[in-house]
Amino acid sequence: MNEFVLPPIDYAALAPILIMMGAAVIGVLVEAFVPRRLRHPVQLPLALLALLAALTMVVLNADKRVITIGVIAIDGPTLFLQGAILVLAAMALLLVGERAIERGGAFVAQAAITADSPDDRRQAERAGGAGEVYPLVTFAVGGMLIFVSANDLLTMFIALEVFSLPLYLLCALARRRRLLSQEAAMKYFLLGAYASAFFLFGLAMIYGFTAGLGDRAAGVDFATIHAAVTTSTASPVLLFAGMALVAIGLLFKAAAAPFHVWTPDVYQGAPTPVTGFMAACTKVAAFGALLRVFHVAFEGARWDFTPVLGAVAVLTMLVGAVFAVTQTDIKRLLAYSSIANAGYLLVGVLAPGRDGLSGTMFYLVAYGFTVLAAFAVVTLVRDADGEATHLSRWAGLGRRSPLYASVFTFILLAFAGIPLTSGFTSKFAVFGPALAGGQTWLVIAGVLTSMVLAFPYLRVVVMMWLSEPGDSTPTVTVPGGLTSAALVIGVLATLVLGVAPAPLLDLATGAADFVR
Amino acid sequence: MDEILTYAQAAPAETISFGTADGLLSSVWLLVAIPLVSAAVLLLLGKRADRWGHWLGVAAVGTAFVLGLTYFFGLRSLDNKSVELSLWDFIAVGGLHVDFGLLFDPLAGVFVLLITGVGFLIHLYAVEYMAHDPGRRRFFAYFNLFVAAMLLLVLGNNYVMLYFGWEGVGLASYLLISFWYTKPAAATAGKKAFLMNRVGDAGLAIGIFIMFATLGTTQYDEVFNNVGALAGGAVLVLGLLLLLGAAGKSGQFPLQAWLPDAMEGPTPVSALIHAATMVTAGVYLIARSNPIFSANHTLQLVVVSVGALTLLLGAIIGCAKDDIKRVLAWSTVSQIGYMFLGVGLGGAAYALAIVHLLAHGFFKANMFLGAGSVMHGMKDQVDIRRFGGLSKYMKITWLTFGAGWLAIIGLPPFSGFWSKEPIVLAAFAHEGWSGWLFGGAALLGAGLTAFYMTRLFVLTFHGPKRWTEEIEHPHESPPLMTIPLILLGIGSLGAGWLLATSVPDWLTATAGLGVLEESHEGALSHYAVTALALTVTALGVVLAWFLFRNGTATTQQPAGVLVTAARKNLYTDTVNEAVFEKPGIFLTRALVYLDNRGIDGLVNGLAAGVGGGSGRLRRLQTGFVRSYATSILTGALLVVAAFLAVQAGWFA
Repeated sequence: MNEFVLPPIDYAALAPILIMMGAAVIGVLVEAFVPRRLRHPVQLPLALLALLAALTMVVLNADKRVITIGVIAIDGPTLFLQGAILVLAAMALLLVGERAIERGGAFVAQAAITADSPDDRRQAERAGGAGEVYPLVTFAVGGMLIFVSANDLLTMFIALEVFSLPLYLLCALARRRRLLSQEAAMKYFLLGAYASAFFLFGLAMIYGFTAGLGDRAAGVDFATIHAAVTTSTASPVLLFAGMALVAIGLLFKAAAAPFHVWTPDVYQGAPTPVTGFMAACTKVAAFGALLRVFHVAFEGARWDFTPVLGAVAVLTMLVGAVFAVTQTDIKRLLAYSSIANAGYLLVGVLAPGRDGLSGTMFYLVAYGFTVLAAFAVVTLVRDADGEATHLSRWAGLGRRSPLYASVFTFILLAFAGIPLTSGFTSKFAVFGPALAGGQTWLVIAGVLTSMVLAFPYLRVVVMMWLSEPGDSTPTVTVPGGLTSAALVIGVLATLVLGVAPAPLLDLATGAADFVR
Repeated sequence: MDEILTYAQAAPAETISFGTADGLLSSVWLLVAIPLVSAAVLLLLGKRADRWGHWLGVAAVGTAFVLGLTYFFGLRSLDNKSVELSLWDFIAVGGLHVDFGLLFDPLAGVFVLLITGVGFLIHLYAVEYMAHDPGRRRFFAYFNLFVAAMLLLVLGNNYVMLYFGWEGVGLASYLLISFWYTKPAAATAGKKAFLMNRVGDAGLAIGIFIMFATLGTTQYDEVFNNVGALAGGAVLVLGLLLLLGAAGKSGQFPLQAWLPDAMEGPTPVSALIHAATMVTAGVYLIARSNPIFSANHTLQLVVVSVGALTLLLGAIIGCAKDDIKRVLAWSTVSQIGYMFLGVGLGGAAYALAIVHLLAHGFFKANMFLGAGSVMHGMKDQVDIRRFGGLSKYMKITWLTFGAGWLAIIGLPPFSGFWSKEPIVLAAFAHEGWSGWLFGGAALLGAGLTAFYMTRLFVLTFHGPKRWTEEIEHPHESPPLMTIPLILLGIGSLGAGWLLATSVPDWLTATAGLGVLEESHEGALSHYAVTALALTVTALGVVLAWFLFRNGTATTQQPAGVLVTAARKNLYTDTVNEAVFEKPGIFLTRALVYLDNRGIDGLVNGLAAGVGGGSGRLRRLQTGFVRSYATSILTGALLVVAAFLAVQAGWFA
């Protein structure tokens, strides 16, 4: 019998993942053993510290290019995207942890207690709101970190589930409009499970396809798939059907049409900080995985998948832009905007080479900051019943609260891609390489849909500034320190990345090398 | 004089390069920053700064002047008298690189001193002049903004920076012309200035675009070094567009109409912006771009013609006006005509034009402030037919205005003689018959200038009193107004000689200004021209004295064709109206019609299509998980089918 040799494990490279998972476990223990009153003050710093520690490890790993035990690839894109997820998650966590806007925060612990009932208030007083949300967020972040570094489809699938399951739960935790929130969570869960099945089915087919490699064993790690794409003797139907199904699983998470249907309902129903978290971090994770799958595993089939995914991208942009036009709820509007942005990101994914890769990563970071800032403002516009998300309620906001209306106007202009905001530079970063790579039709579609999309954004701007405030115009709550911090970071990043994008672009370009 | 014409030949055309600003000169950006910060403070603090805001404004310009003087002496000690200071990359897109940089050279240096020196005196004057105006703080904020923009204009090291400052001074100018925006005349004048400047600015902007398209840069040194490689046609177009810009800002033909109307602003504004500094920006532009203008003879001829035409136009109209500020305004138009004549002649005449510009800055500012002082004492009356005999009541104003009058008409030894005379001489030296033409125009202009300025002076300060009833006892202005007047008066008298002897030498170090083409033997000798000019001037003075020493009618009298025409601005406004305004309005109406019916119809239709489609498609989003799942399944089938179709080669 051969002596069993432990595979070499680079623990430093895995440290960010280990830290997040460890922090999540500690978070669960805190929920179990720490008195209710103290849970919030313990959980929030714990989660933030974990994010900070993980981020530090990512920075320390900056030059690392290794594959650890075959399933985790630590390379430039991994570290860049992990860093992005951690930073954006920290911002989202600030929104999650905010207790000053509303006593007890936006989350509920017990689904049976109705909002604003005496029980609800008592719970808010005593427990400072639910604490479960922190380990859930931490677990999700940990899953995302694995997701973007997974080096085989199976690890990727597990990571997908690891970060999806907490998200389903998080969606159901809204303290107000509870039914909407639970319905959203249910839909997200059902459809997410459905999409996971597609992914798994595709995985199986790819595995079958790699069996056709004569000289090496079948497997679903990306190096094997990459080799199989060009040399496998198995039926290419397996490859193409598998590739399609894997793509569908990922496109679902990325909210690309026609797999976007869950997005508006879930974005609207989920508690707003969680929506922000999904819009920023899930997007980074999903596109990180898409980039790896299509740039590493299926790279040899580029000419085959580009037209199909290009069609998906165009459809996504169209759906996002056209549906956004008639939305009446700010969160749904932002959901469709996020769908359209998924389309622009797909353009970046399909742009060949380093520039496409770095442009997409830049876009993910820039968009994440802006969208979190947008949802931060949404948490502030409220009346007695919580957030006032119907657009008619935002009419005349500019007169009531010029500061926040200005901030939101700036964010909307960034979404619309006006120069001097990150929206412009990031679109430039993905459209430029696509144009250079000959994908002119995608860029034309992108620019045209951007024009359509500018309308709903500007409609909100016009409503805020040019309408007289009515009786139903809610006020803007003065944010607590945490929301202010998140908002300031988001707006500043949007401005800085719009004015001086070079440092981050250079960083992304420097990181744009996959290991295989 | 002969030395001045020949001094520059020693310096052959060579590659232009600027040194790097270090040491003291590396803080040259403070010149722009200080007034800008002051303007921002005044605007942002609002009413809180009302009590002390004007002093902050004065102090900002005073500091800038002291700094400017320091830098000026700092520059003297350098070999290469031009230093560049690159602050940051202003625009870097593809092949376009625009530096946010400053250039401090002799030309910029003298402008800085003029702007901050005269500007400081006028600021001081305005403290008292605007004392009773509730908007005094706002006024000083705009005034400081103007100084900052004007300094940026002259200090920039490329055309984009110049354009930046150009628009900045424009903005300040419009804000200040319509400072009393509740007065319809002021609001209209602001609008008129804006529109006419738009024409010029568009020319300048297109010129800069062409510069970038053909030369690939807008930096002064690179443009000037490479302009020789351009085709003659390109240089001509470029130069004409720059000239259009210059004509717009400097009130030259055919864009002169806004300048006299700009007198609706407060008088210090007229003195600083619309006499001493901003309106000379066009002269600065041409002098700065001298390698471009010197590269094409046709271009120079156009500049000279514009100058000659405008100087006559302004002088003739000035003779027929009865509003003290409008006479001065038309006189400004005419004097800038002289400067254009100078810069158009090229060679050494560039320096002569700059000398005249500086001298004019003093005496015209002096006279405008004097006019303001008269208005101050006469309850804002501006009609010279209702003045008369004021010399007894306003001694200081009378004396200082007299100094300005002596200076502008060009009697030796006052400054106009030293600055205008050489231009006349240079015009006569122009080759061939055109020398006679331009020299004659300049000479005639000198006579007319003497006539209308004497008319103005005599009607205002001498002869019988023709005051309106409500004025009982005109008073001299307070010291804060008279001190600047006295200083400017001294400047008007003495500065000319000082400038004419030192500035041309000093300016040779400026890029391109040291280059001189072969000078021609003048059509008339130096002494003949001087004698002629003095004779014509004396004639003008004597004629005006003879005609107006006994006052004039207090209302408008019927007059001959020429006077009527002059009263109506030689019908230039009418021409503008007929040629530009009427067709413009027609075109606008036609376009609005087309826009409403055609384009809006199309766009609205498209928008309605998108909106309608969106509204209908929204129903697909039913909220039922089962229908969502179906749509995902459909999508999945389509994607798989598409992949398989690709694999089967159906799309190939």
